[in-house]
Amino acid sequence: MIQTPSRPDVDSLPTPPEVPTHSPEMPLAIDDLTVAYHNKPVLWDIDLDIPEGKLVGIVGPNGAGKSTLMKACLDLVPKASGRVMVYGKPYKRQRSLVGYVPQRESVDWDYPISALDVVTMGTYGRIGLFRPVRKLHRDTAMNALEHVGIGHLAKRQISQLSGGQQQRVFLARALAQDARLYFMDEPFAAVDASTERAIIDLLHELKDQGKTCLVVHHDLSTVAQYFDWVVLLNMRVVKAGPTEDVFTRENLHATYGGRLALLEEAGQALRDAGR
Amino acid sequence: MAMRPLLAITVLGLSSVLSAAEGGFFHFPDASELWEVLTLRNYNTRLVVGSTSLLGLASGVIGSFLLLRKRSLMGDTLSHACLPGICIMYLVMTGLGGSGKSLPGLLFGATVTGLLGVWLVMLIRNTTRMKDDSAMGIILSVFYGFGVVLLSVIKGLPDSSAAGLESYIYGKVGSMVLQDFFLIASVTGVVLVASCFLLKEFTLLCFDDAYAGILGWNTHVLDLVLLALVTAVTVIGLQAVGLILIIAFLITPAAAARFWTDDLRIMLFLAGAIGGFSGWFGSSISALTPRLSAGALIVLMAALVFLFSMFFGKTRGVVVRLRSQRRLHRKVGRQHLLRALYELLEEQAGDRFGEFPSNAPVRISSLQAKRSWTPGRLRRLIRQAQKEDHLERSGGETVQLSEPGFGEAARTTRNHRLWETYLITHADVAPQHVDRDADRVEHVLGPELVRQLEEKLARDGKPLVSLPSPHLITPGGAGI
Amino acid sequence: MTWYADDVWIVIIGSLCAVACALPGCFLVLRKMSMMGDAISHAVLPGLALGFLVTQSRASLPMFIGAAVVGVLTAVFTQWVGQFGKVDRGAAMGIVFTTLFALGLLMMAEVNHKTKVDLDVSCVLYGAIEFTPLHVIHSFQWGETWIELPLAAVTLGAVLLINLIVILALYKEFNLSSFDPALARTVGVPATLMHYLLMSMVAVTTVASFEAVGSIIVIAMLVVPGATAYLLTNRLSVMLGISAVVGIASAVLGHWGAVTLPPKFGYENPTSTSGGMAVAAGVLFLLVWVFSPTQGLLQGVWMRVRKEPNPIPVTDPDCESSRGPTSHHAAKTLRSR
Repeated sequence: MIQTPSRPDVDSLPTPPEVPTHSPEMPLAIDDLTVAYHNKPVLWDIDLDIPEGKLVGIVGPNGAGKSTLMKACLDLVPKASGRVMVYGKPYKRQRSLVGYVPQRESVDWDYPISALDVVTMGTYGRIGLFRPVRKLHRDTAMNALEHVGIGHLAKRQISQLSGGQQQRVFLARALAQDARLYFMDEPFAAVDASTERAIIDLLHELKDQGKTCLVVHHDLSTVAQYFDWVVLLNMRVVKAGPTEDVFTRENLHATYGGRLALLEEAGQALRDAGR
Repeated sequence: MAMRPLLAITVLGLSSVLSAAEGGFFHFPDASELWEVLTLRNYNTRLVVGSTSLLGLASGVIGSFLLLRKRSLMGDTLSHACLPGICIMYLVMTGLGGSGKSLPGLLFGATVTGLLGVWLVMLIRNTTRMKDDSAMGIILSVFYGFGVVLLSVIKGLPDSSAAGLESYIYGKVGSMVLQDFFLIASVTGVVLVASCFLLKEFTLLCFDDAYAGILGWNTHVLDLVLLALVTAVTVIGLQAVGLILIIAFLITPAAAARFWTDDLRIMLFLAGAIGGFSGWFGSSISALTPRLSAGALIVLMAALVFLFSMFFGKTRGVVVRLRSQRRLHRKVGRQHLLRALYELLEEQAGDRFGEFPSNAPVRISSLQAKRSWTPGRLRRLIRQAQKEDHLERSGGETVQLSEPGFGEAARTTRNHRLWETYLITHADVAPQHVDRDADRVEHVLGPELVRQLEEKLARDGKPLVSLPSPHLITPGGAGI
Repeated sequence: MTWYADDVWIVIIGSLCAVACALPGCFLVLRKMSMMGDAISHAVLPGLALGFLVTQSRASLPMFIGAAVVGVLTAVFTQWVGQFGKVDRGAAMGIVFTTLFALGLLMMAEVNHKTKVDLDVSCVLYGAIEFTPLHVIHSFQWGETWIELPLAAVTLGAVLLINLIVILALYKEFNLSSFDPALARTVGVPATLMHYLLMSMVAVTTVASFEAVGSIIVIAMLVVPGATAYLLTNRLSVMLGISAVVGIASAVLGHWGAVTLPPKFGYENPTSTSGGMAVAAGVLFLLVWVFSPTQGLLQGVWMRVRKEPNPIPVTDPDCESSRGPTSHHAAKTLRSR
């Protein structure tokens, strides 16, 4: 049983990582990123380097700014300061290298569009403005759909898919985009077991191709199993690095504060009751 | 069930409108006159009808995007914001010694203030906590108010020639000339070509603008292009239908088309067709009864199409959804009835251990006690089951399962029990897998897991359900 | 300018109308239904025509009732089209009110044709606040001066009083059901009823005002004062108060501007006071939008200039805890979605 720690004051926190020097080929290098909604700061002096070919879990309590970090990297929310480099160049010039799987709720599922059409959107960046979609692109999309195991649902309107299938459509879209760096916002939220399995397989496949995936994740119990690199986030980077070094009880306490203790107490209580 | 009052009132309303029309409140032209107009025999009619049809076509197409972007009322703000522009240009042109009525000049003014209004709406929304609706309401009323102020200034001018300007508020097709037709035709052309070329851009913009941003597209520019096209349609439509009714052109055909299809391309096509048809038909009637404004008739025509589509639309119409809801309701009722019957049979066979229940008559009263049915509901369920050949009525007070009914009952009961057990034993993963409609649980969970579940059921003392040989399971029961 | 008795009456009537609209308008803004005022004020046309058809006279009670009923029906139809047709609410509103307006236009045309009475649409829609002081229903002496009480002042005063009473009596219910209809329902506040009560209030206010003073004031006063107040406060009671003040200020400024400004630009005649009041409200909104201490445009600029806000205690779990006490809880809610 773990003692509930008194709230650590700022001085006793693990020291933040040294300001890193960026190697030009880092898939993602974030410098001094600060984001504020209205006048409320959400992310604070983020410095982060992600090495190539890793599956990176972004972990932190609710409201820690995990999704905001992604959106700020992708210019979806304004940055108060800082810069984001993708493969050594500013993100704006490297958009084609970056894929994104948004949270499922962010989309209008009533939209009159089929699964295949959604996946085809992944190729729009390559097609370019004003040019029409060709069969080649639709084939790419179809392959991506089949890759995630729902090729037979290509013609379905998207609201007629189950939650897991909708998530797969988004993954397929990211695949069709053929990026080198992927941002995925809670892909495991509310999906069924087989979709979870499929996503994991897909992540490993991407990793084997030398691609890098950043995944916002909320389930602490599977972090060590799924990811080989972890970013602990609570409005600033508490710790980032290889899972086995970073994903420790001590660091989690620094990330979650009293909330983790509550969590573990509850788990312990359940275990005791079960015995 | 909440639909009944709606249906009743709609029917009532429609019939009263129709009877009012019959009673001579509205004087409608007779068929031969109408035919003459619809086939465009007369030059002036041809001009007006052609213009309004094209206008309907263009606004139907571009309005679909507006609808999907959830910005329908933006068209209303836009059209109201055009008024000050028209008045300003009038004042400027008369101030410079011109006639003040030059159409291109007025339309230019309308476009400028219209776009300014739209831009302000977006600015208010982005910089305050106000939502779209408040921003639109503010801009609409203030710009319109300013327009009224200017209009009243113009009316006060000594050589007042401002009467024409008011037609921009309520619309007046009668004043149309060939020049207007060409203007409308060219704007329609631009809208259609732009919609073709920008189909994938607009689709993505309306569906998931964040992702469009990820791909590096400037969504603000795309939004502006979309709104510029809307502005173009609005501005050329002002003269014909007026600034209050023009948004009906943008919204109604698009919303009507949405009931018929889940495919955006078909929706665009349909919306254009509905808009064009309404324009053609509405202005034709107006041509015969000139005191009835064409704009209003067109809008009513589109509204009728909308009402029809809302009820009878193939993919999203009320009737279709109501029917599928009823089907579900009926299915749940059937399953409850069959399971209750099967469980009663089990209870009857309960003394003899290890034997499966055999089919026998069951008293309706004991069935009634089994679940919280009202007598009426149970009677309806039994009647329905008889119709589906699951149940036979043996005598006044008892019912008996038919042979296919017995198989279906056994299957339903077995599935139900397996699912219940599965939900308990696999609570962590279960909810996403439960598919109670599946014919056989094995198809979803696999035979091995089902065997385990059955073992657990037996351990818990629940009787096993043996399925009668598979061919007895009627597809009729399982498929619906 | 010199203020005559008529000017004072115009401003008083304008103020009464503005406040009567601004109070329910605050709730429209909070419920994200600001366009409802615009919709209702256009949609009542068939009701007016029907009322006129029944009595053959203008400004009669049946006309008022007909219009108010159609006004409420607009809200009902919008609800139905949105709910049963699964149409976006804005679009549903647009479809319903344009259809009703079109129907009204046709009925007006027929009425004019049948009865040979010129029932001018623009006259109905604009009303004319400038002429309201002429329609006196009661005059009496008060001290030295004769006071001639115009009908519009009485009507609008009554409407304002009714609105005030309803809102005060049901203040907490309105507050709750605007904020969270689902919660309202669970604690026994009939949210749907509150919705239609608000809509009835809007419809009655709209019709009463716009027979007296024209629609443009109504449309503006239902939205702009409420929105302006929303930028200045987070409390409903204060918001209602500010919106009333903004309403009165726009009435005064609007009339003053309509009379004095056109000559400055070389036009002899004063312009429409109704329009002037709408524009004045817009100007007030603009000022608040730019200078508001918490939401203003300049505030944002100022935020960006002042680069580093105070450091925050980064590990304090209470800092964001309002969203969920534990991550366990959070994970659960996420999963259950």
